[in-house]
Amino acid sequence: MAFENRVDVEHPVHDIRTEAIKFFEEKGFPTKKDEAWKYTSLKTLLKNDYSVFPKEESALEFKDVKKYFIHDIDSYKIVFIDGIYSSHLSQTSHEGLDVCLMSSALSKPKYQLIIENYFNKIAKTDDSLTSLNTAFSREGAFINIPKGKVVDKPIQIIHLATGKESSIMLQPRSLVVVGENAHVQIIERHQSLTDNPVLTNAVTEIFTHKRGIVDYYKIQNDNPNASLIDNTYISQQQNSHASVHTFSFGGKITRNNLQFVHKGEHINSTLKGITITEDKQHVDHSTLVHHATPNCESHQDYKGIYSDSSTGVFNGRIIVEKEAQKTNGFQQSNNILIDDKATINAKPQLEIFADDVKCSHGCTIGQLDEEALFYLQSRGIPKKEARALLMYAFANNVLESVKIPEVKTRINKLIAMKLGVKVGFDL
Amino acid sequence: MAYTEEELKKELETKEYEYGFYTDIESDTLPVGLNEDIVRAISLKKNEPAWMTEWRLEAYRAWTQMEEPAWANVTYEKPDFQAISYYSAPMKKPKYESLDEVDPELLDTFKKLGISVDEQKKLAGVAVDIVMDSVSVATTFKKTLAEKGIIFCSISEAIQEHPELVKKYIGTVVPERDNFYAALNSAVFSDGSFCYIPKGVRCPMELSTYFRINQAGTGQFERTLVIADEGSYVSYLEGCTAPTRDENQLHAAVVELIALDDAEIKYSTVQNWYPGNKEGKGGVFNFVTKRGLCEKNAKISWTQVETGSAVTWKYPSCILKGDNSVGEFYSIAVTNNYQQADTGTKMIHLGKNTKSTIISKGISAGKSQNSYRGLVQVNSRADNARNFSQCDSLLMGNECGAHTFPYIETKNKTAQIEHEATTSKIGEDQIFYCNQRGIDTEKAIALIVNGFSKEVLNKLPMEFAVEAQKLLEISLEGSVG
Repeated sequence: MAFENRVDVEHPVHDIRTEAIKFFEEKGFPTKKDEAWKYTSLKTLLKNDYSVFPKEESALEFKDVKKYFIHDIDSYKIVFIDGIYSSHLSQTSHEGLDVCLMSSALSKPKYQLIIENYFNKIAKTDDSLTSLNTAFSREGAFINIPKGKVVDKPIQIIHLATGKESSIMLQPRSLVVVGENAHVQIIERHQSLTDNPVLTNAVTEIFTHKRGIVDYYKIQNDNPNASLIDNTYISQQQNSHASVHTFSFGGKITRNNLQFVHKGEHINSTLKGITITEDKQHVDHSTLVHHATPNCESHQDYKGIYSDSSTGVFNGRIIVEKEAQKTNGFQQSNNILIDDKATINAKPQLEIFADDVKCSHGCTIGQLDEEALFYLQSRGIPKKEARALLMYAFANNVLESVKIPEVKTRINKLIAMKLGVKVGFDL
Repeated sequence: MAYTEEELKKELETKEYEYGFYTDIESDTLPVGLNEDIVRAISLKKNEPAWMTEWRLEAYRAWTQMEEPAWANVTYEKPDFQAISYYSAPMKKPKYESLDEVDPELLDTFKKLGISVDEQKKLAGVAVDIVMDSVSVATTFKKTLAEKGIIFCSISEAIQEHPELVKKYIGTVVPERDNFYAALNSAVFSDGSFCYIPKGVRCPMELSTYFRINQAGTGQFERTLVIADEGSYVSYLEGCTAPTRDENQLHAAVVELIALDDAEIKYSTVQNWYPGNKEGKGGVFNFVTKRGLCEKNAKISWTQVETGSAVTWKYPSCILKGDNSVGEFYSIAVTNNYQQADTGTKMIHLGKNTKSTIISKGISAGKSQNSYRGLVQVNSRADNARNFSQCDSLLMGNECGAHTFPYIETKNKTAQIEHEATTSKIGEDQIFYCNQRGIDTEKAIALIVNGFSKEVLNKLPMEFAVEAQKLLEISLEGSVG
């Protein structure tokens, strides 16, 4: 273990880390032989010799990276450059809530209880990539919203990679704790600034207490040489609402592992995503909603548009335990293939052990309606714009539930950019 | 009086297997265990040509290199393949002119099962090639079929009399090294059915075979090969019941269907092997490989009613190789007590304008687990491929499970694929509605289950529909009126 000596041995989570290293050494990186990775191969990524800890700190000017922020709203910001916190670009707070760093949460005694209660509590210990992160992560966001606090503005977590190292592996680790009746909105983005390969293996743990509300937006529009393995674990208590929107437009290989665990009744979970890919991009959404308690609801809605020789994977899973009576679980995955070489692999799964439930899943793969296209053209809308319009309409369902208008606008712009058109209006 | 769920459960638990019996017929059984000598001995016993022996040996060698698959959503004690006798044939191999010569004990067996061979001869218009512990003992209506040029016989007979057909087609759809159980079957299969429909012939009757597992401790390794030549049509029925046994019995069959240009094959199965008792003890392991190949404009339709077996592991598939070919899969899988079923289909779209339909209905009761596992694959050259899949599950009681594992892989932009699945229980409001119309709860459940399965039951040939409904009754007695 080359970097073991760089890890603080005295650290309270040292034991957790040692365990994680052991596990990863045993398991190694997942291969296509693992059922969960059947359709996604990390082979091409693992060829690179990544540096794990950056040698020098980098500084960036805000104006150079402004476009990667949702900059037209006031927000808290936690910014990392090559995995190292940038106080210059960030705007953190300890007034009435904690928006700060994982490293300080791990080192300061006043957070010790929180770390003991929450750190690595829902992240899967039998997942090799999560274990890798647990072992070597040094930094990330720490957000602690106390009871009853409605956070006044969204929190942006931005990970920037400068590409100073020829290739770098980043392992951010974040923890979000939302107290009773608290409400928070979080926007997360990973962005590489050069063409040098970047591999991010992120783990985020989110805990939502009674009646808490979390809206989480993931904007993934990275460079063609940047890859992301995102592992997000959400634990919910009774009457809480958690929603995660994932917008995957960029990046080489993007894998989103999103897992919800229910620990109380009347929980609502929402998982939505829009994926638009081109070239040789590969986007994999792997979701799991584990219904363990009665009277809960989950909604999954993923839309994908795949061009060129890009590949999309949807691997959705709903488990309903015996105790989880009166569960409503819905899962929907709609996909459009634009080009001949594009591929979509879908595996929408239901595992149900309770009898009084309503669960359904739907999965479609198809094309744009030629007649609708013809209609629009007959009304004088050029073919390219007409196609874009239809694709907008296709993806719109997912955008409707976005609660921050500026995020919606940004996503609209990204979609327009990705489709190469200007439709001249926002949805 | 209202019929409560408790009562229903009690009845389900105490419902014993009705078709359990054991016929004492002298059998010629090979020593237990499996090695190359056993494979050779089987081949020798059947007086097979050298190429067949070689083919079996190749399969056996491939099998020894394979591992038993563990990916299915079922748990069971793995069978000890060295503790099975791989060949058992009724001693008095008969060559009958008439039914009078048939061993009366065998005839008695058929009577218990409600198949009267002579009656069928006259009334049903169904030619039955009865397979009793691996060797075909009675064949009827051969003459009528022969007039049309249809070959319908046991596969060992076909190897003797039509080696060119067998050699040409066997292993083309399910290669001898396809999977663990197919390889095992290829090495040791003792008998099965063979059917060839010549060009442009429409088979005038439903062909049917009954399989029984009879000899204790004998694995049943059937091999079925159905070839429909250009422009022909055949409807093939396969039905199964097995005697009560305490130790688990292994059944690893292989069915290969070949539909050449413009041909159509309809293959229906009713499977009601011993599912084990209410503690989950005993029962048949049903690990079957069924696959069909469609050439241009051909159509293969699988219909199955799965009510028996302790563990089912079965995926009747269609390879839609030719342009405009059609694959269909209609299935009802019922599990009760400790039964486990992992069943579904594979639709491989290779040709242009190929279509497939999947309708799967799962009903789980007791402590059973019922899974649908299916694959729809559209190849990059399969333009305008169309698939519709629907998987519905019905849960009765809160100790059972219903699972859906569909795999959808598309590499063509013109493909249109729809998959939907629902899981539900019988609604209280539905039962209430029936009650207030004067239909008691038991009948109401029967009505609802029948309605739930209707789409599939309708696809069965007349001869089978009645039996299928009967089996649903046995499996869910108390809930189905």
